[in-house]
Amino acid sequence: MARSRFSITRLPGFGLIAVLTFVMLYLPIIILVVFSFNAGVSQSRWDGFSLQWYQAAFNNAQVRDVSLRSLWLAVTAASIATMLATLAALGTTRVGRFPGQTMIYALINQPLMVPEIVTGIALLIFVAAIKVQTGYTGMGYLVAAHTAFCIPFAYLPIRARLETLDNALEAAAADLYASPIQAFRYITLPLMVPGILAGFMLGFVISLDTVVITEFVKSAGQDTLPTYMLGQLRRTVTPEMNAIATLFLALSLIVVTAFFLITRTRGR
Amino acid sequence: MKRLAGWASAALLGSTALANAEGMLNLYNWGNYTNPEILERFTAETGIQVTLTDFDSNDTALARIRQGGHGFDIVVPSDTYIQTWISEGLIQPLDREIVTNLGNIAPQWMDVPFDPGREYTVPWAWGTTGVIVDTSVYDGDINSIGLIIDPPAELQGRINVIPEMSDVMAMAIYYHGGERCTTDRDTLRAVRDTLMAAKPHWLALDYGAVDSYVAGDFAAGIYWNGASMRVRLQNDNFAYGYPETGYPIWMDNAAVLTDAPNRDNAMKFINFVLQPEIAALISNFARYSNGITGSEAFMDEEMRTAPEINVAAELAEAGRWGQACPQEVNDIHTQIWTELMQ
Amino acid sequence: MHGHGWKWLLCTPALIVLLLAASGPLLIVAVYSFLSPGNMGGVVWEFSLEAWFRVFFRRDIFEPDLVEWNRAHLQVFWRSIWLSLQTTFICAVLGFPTAWFIATRPRHTRTIWLFLITIPFWTNLLIRTFAIQEMIRNNGTVNAVLMWSGLIDSPIQMMFTEFAVLLGMAYVFLPLMVLPLYAAMEKMDFSLVEAGYDLYASRLNVLWHVILPQVKPGFIAGSILVFIPAIGAYVTPRVLGGGRTMMLGNLIALQFGQGRNWPLGAALAMLMLVVVVGALIFYLRVVGRNDEARRG
Repeated sequence: MARSRFSITRLPGFGLIAVLTFVMLYLPIIILVVFSFNAGVSQSRWDGFSLQWYQAAFNNAQVRDVSLRSLWLAVTAASIATMLATLAALGTTRVGRFPGQTMIYALINQPLMVPEIVTGIALLIFVAAIKVQTGYTGMGYLVAAHTAFCIPFAYLPIRARLETLDNALEAAAADLYASPIQAFRYITLPLMVPGILAGFMLGFVISLDTVVITEFVKSAGQDTLPTYMLGQLRRTVTPEMNAIATLFLALSLIVVTAFFLITRTRGR
Repeated sequence: MKRLAGWASAALLGSTALANAEGMLNLYNWGNYTNPEILERFTAETGIQVTLTDFDSNDTALARIRQGGHGFDIVVPSDTYIQTWISEGLIQPLDREIVTNLGNIAPQWMDVPFDPGREYTVPWAWGTTGVIVDTSVYDGDINSIGLIIDPPAELQGRINVIPEMSDVMAMAIYYHGGERCTTDRDTLRAVRDTLMAAKPHWLALDYGAVDSYVAGDFAAGIYWNGASMRVRLQNDNFAYGYPETGYPIWMDNAAVLTDAPNRDNAMKFINFVLQPEIAALISNFARYSNGITGSEAFMDEEMRTAPEINVAAELAEAGRWGQACPQEVNDIHTQIWTELMQ
Repeated sequence: MHGHGWKWLLCTPALIVLLLAASGPLLIVAVYSFLSPGNMGGVVWEFSLEAWFRVFFRRDIFEPDLVEWNRAHLQVFWRSIWLSLQTTFICAVLGFPTAWFIATRPRHTRTIWLFLITIPFWTNLLIRTFAIQEMIRNNGTVNAVLMWSGLIDSPIQMMFTEFAVLLGMAYVFLPLMVLPLYAAMEKMDFSLVEAGYDLYASRLNVLWHVILPQVKPGFIAGSILVFIPAIGAYVTPRVLGGGRTMMLGNLIALQFGQGRNWPLGAALAMLMLVVVVGALIFYLRVVGRNDEARRG
């Protein structure tokens, strides 16, 4: 079949698969949102429209606390992890081989290679010893544990991005008498942004899902949304959780919209 | 530097539960098990702020507390673990000066094998592990574990079993006439063979199953009494059976930790939950009985009449306390379980 | 420049956090695998090789003198690896076109599409898994639609099957494939693609010889991010697979939980680490060799 315009970016079937993928991603989400407005307790039978689960979630201090704590922890851990991962990616990519590189690579990816339960138990032993020694029981442990766990997820996309960048650009900047810092600030960093963004987003959602490690590291009053859910697993999971999930989705939409508006105005 | 700043702000945000603060109490309990109204009432009455933290299994809770540095005051472990908590010195004897309501504990729950005379613990909630059956699918006698481990044709392929190794093993061992921690090889062999033969008929081994029963995914299963009641309230085809060959009784008990930073507040809370009205709040929320005399009067109507909660007299004697088996026996159970799930 | 010092310096902050919160604890696990199990969990500080023995061999429960390979463990290992491979494959098949789709949108909308990939993951893993369960259960949405349309007469059993596990794992791990792929594609040199077409290459040829080599770093990152965590997956097999068959994550969790044999759990975890590192080295070698072959 002849097409009037030949697009070099078009690959047959890719658009269809992409659309199907998006549908697959959002179908369960739609179900979840719908049932958050269910009047009954069932997650499978529709008993009419109601806002009672939102009301219940708002009135439940524990649910409120754990949700906010999860968000705060995810933002903090993902931010720190992204910063550290960016530095590490700069130190290990496009620099030629150097002694110890493989070891660094292995270390960075190590949190990926051990199941959460094992890291959790090991961290429990380790962290509890520090807690006993120092008496400090704050959120620092969770931040450190989540950060460590997020680093590989942030590092790999940033590294992948860096590897596709052309050294010639920085060389050209150097030719034009830009200092290495200027070259980094005005050439490399802007080019890295998509990788950094991807890394941050991965780190963020990974931290939001980290449950077993949190369960073992948390001190009194440090439940997060996943550990709260884990505690419910043996009993019944109330539609309150659907309501919370829907609120998280709404929040994510606000963030995306805000981001879109900001980048658009800057683009003008 | 950034990390330090992060830690500093973290300390502000996360550690409202620091040790030794006046008027604080840190409760470490099963998830979705503590009626918020109890905490509100306790705070209103005493001015003590309660922070609730969840655990998801006895093993997690024990591992956490053993390592120290936890900052909790009260923990609510199950009966089979209590002896370990006591013998390792993790929980302290009740202060009878403060805990004056001990007399409210119903006599049958006072002299329990895991804590005779209630030196260390008080009841929080108790229940049974039995079988749940969709009576529109199977209309025979439901008081038999055979429905699960030697299932009739109509139930085959529609069975769910809670993934609790000790409960499942116990019920299978009772079925073959053995003691909970038997080392008799013939019995254990029979248990293994029975379970291996039953496994192909099981559809799933799943906890969060209330909805799956209601939605008709499962027609029978091994389940807890309170959860079974939740199922029945949404779909009255379901009934709860007490296997006549023996079924586990379990009880979660509140205790004060040896290194509790707020020991006196903890004792006050223990005393507080021994009041019938408060104990009834626990039951109404968790859907399990509590073992406190006179609490029935404050319970929801549907709890008071539920066959899942009120064990019929002729079936009561088949109920048996759980027991933590010695490591070598537990090892055999784990091996059978692993073989079953491989 | 001044040697390699600055490279190390850039990596130091990340390495400190990792050493403290990941490697240090791992050392503990390694040590534990050589100790004896304690009463009700934990360990006793007595050296023992029993845990490692039990990883590979089993004494018959009823005839302790009869020693044989521990087929149960081997089978669980193999199942986990096989399922993870399939998951990685599915994620690649779905993720590559999706990343391509995003990377070829107008520049200012790309970020939006990228966010759209991650938005479902703002919800909790368990909640998401329950929602998938709702979708595929016997009287769930998918079966209802299929029956309503007359395509089937009775519901298809999807829950508690391997299909459900694969679907759930692909769902959970998809962004881990899409994001690195996108990051690599976004910077792709489309003039090379154009040149390919100018030389009358077919679309397949362009895809294989021009596009794939350029996005390979993203592909490698993506498959590592999917494959490795998939091996230790715990929640998805338990909820969607119904927990009928164990995956490695479940087997290890059993030892640290109800099985109360921490040394065995630790030994299994160490073995998993060895297997994963081995697979990773093999993978990077093979990928690297192809690179050289192409250049040569």
